[in-house]
Amino acid sequence: MDLGELYQEIIIDHSKNPRNHVVLENYTHEAEGYNPLCGDKVHLYINMDNGIVEKISFQGCGCAISQASASILTQMASGKKLETIVDIGERFRDVLTNNSSNTDDFESLDALLGVKNYPMRIKCATLAWHTFTEAIGSCNKLHTGDKNE
Amino acid sequence: MSKVMSSLAVNTKIQSDFPVLSREVNGSKLVYLDSAATTQKPQCVIDAITHFYTNYNSNIHRSAHTLGAEASIAYDSARAKLAKFINAKHTSEVIFTKGCTEAINLVAYSWGRKHLKNGDEIILSEMEHHANIVPWQVVAKETGAIIKVVPVTVDGILDLRYYKDLLSEKTKLVSLIHVSNTLGTINPVKEIARLAKNYGAKVLIDGAQCGAAMPIDVQDIDADFYTLSGHKMYGPTGIGVLHAKKNLLEEMDPYQTGGGMIKLVDFNETSYADIPNKFEAGTPHISGAIGLGKAVDYIQELGWETILEIKQSLYQYGVNRLKNIDGIKLFGHKDEDTSVPVFSFAVDGVHPHDVATILDSMGIAVRAGHHCCQPLMRNFGVPATARASFSIYNTKEDVDVLVEGIKKCLEMFS
Ligand SMILES: Cc1ncc(COP(=O)(O)O)c(C=O)c1O
Repeated sequence: MDLGELYQEIIIDHSKNPRNHVVLENYTHEAEGYNPLCGDKVHLYINMDNGIVEKISFQGCGCAISQASASILTQMASGKKLETIVDIGERFRDVLTNNSSNTDDFESLDALLGVKNYPMRIKCATLAWHTFTEAIGSCNKLHTGDKNE
Repeated sequence: MSKVMSSLAVNTKIQSDFPVLSREVNGSKLVYLDSAATTQKPQCVIDAITHFYTNYNSNIHRSAHTLGAEASIAYDSARAKLAKFINAKHTSEVIFTKGCTEAINLVAYSWGRKHLKNGDEIILSEMEHHANIVPWQVVAKETGAIIKVVPVTVDGILDLRYYKDLLSEKTKLVSLIHVSNTLGTINPVKEIARLAKNYGAKVLIDGAQCGAAMPIDVQDIDADFYTLSGHKMYGPTGIGVLHAKKNLLEEMDPYQTGGGMIKLVDFNETSYADIPNKFEAGTPHISGAIGLGKAVDYIQELGWETILEIKQSLYQYGVNRLKNIDGIKLFGHKDEDTSVPVFSFAVDGVHPHDVATILDSMGIAVRAGHHCCQPLMRNFGVPATARASFSIYNTKEDVDVLVEGIKKCLEMFS
């Protein structure tokens, strides 16, 4: 079993020095993801403006994989279009669970693909991305609310 | 010298009794250190179950044919073995359940709901498994009873002075874990039960971790209820035991109803069977009971003297080696006379899940998580720990491999 494939340097680095590890002063959306089986927690704070992720940060605790994944998510998402991140998140989950191989624009997320061979750890890697979708869910509701007004 | 040789020989023999131990995991020999979650099964238990299904599978107590008679005799004799194993006064005091969890739920449902009243107090401890917390919370909500909690000290033992202060005329039940599945602490349950009796409180002891750890004498402990988990004592999953005093079982209402637990049924009224059948509605886990009976035979053939000697030497060796690693914190284990070889630890800078994955890559099976003891984790100030739990088939070499593995974790994240 090649542990190096799972714990790549970039993963260890992100887990030890998480990026954007603060609570945003102003945020429009947030959600907390929790995995009761292993206790991993990721709390995302997102400041959305006009379909762009202006700023994003997280707090949390858990294994290296869950925290590195959250850190990488915040790094990648910052300044990007919401739909781009949603698309990457969906494909990331697909690659880990459904044998898909479309990894376009994965950037540092590539480093997490080793998780594929560790079925017990896939939930750790996808937690932050599920949490992102959840946060955005509240976003969509807000937008519809706006339109109706 | 001869003693060393003989204990080595015993150890090799025991290992060969457990077929799964010869498999490889991730290219290394399996080092199974998760026996507190479930123990491995010796070949004789596997064979007893196969033998039942191959040669005399039948329902019990209903069929007059030969297979039915053989199955009934085997099931009844498993109950008798269990009764003898825990020194029950009557065989009928042994109720087969699907595990320790169901045994506790049975008591909460059939005894708790009937006897607990608004303002009555239930004493639990901070080291309880969720199986001995949640059923009482449900009953407390229904009846208005109040749960009080004995704290765990930094040494990983129960604060007995606090316990004594909690006891009062209001105490109706003390429900405590015998051996901690997280810390390995052996609690002084006989003393705890004696103190509770002074106030007329009933006592339940959760013996899930005890069946394979030490001889149990329910008459000596003198608890009202004692529970066992088959799969943690070399038996199959899906079978456990509730022991309760005869007079209590007789006055308690059934837990589940249906076939097998009745005397007479018409549509107006049903009279219930005598104990133990009253508490075993439906077709029981026949092969499970037979397998558990065989597991008890296995334990008794090895003998407690041998078992305790192996576990004590693993404990001493384990605690010394683990304590001497820079960069790990071992929870509990200050009181070495009252512990079994179950070690919960934190590795500096490495989350327990990563520890478990790294160890698994070396063939070492440990548990990472809250061990169904979230209140205890809060006491430690951590969300989770890694836990290595040893059993009779483990060796000092397994401890050495674990220590190497922990050092590798520290290195990878340094
Ligand atoms: C102390 C303790 N109590 C109760 C249980 C639950 O036992 P079972 O799996 O037989 O329901 C366990 C096992 O996880 C345990 O360790």
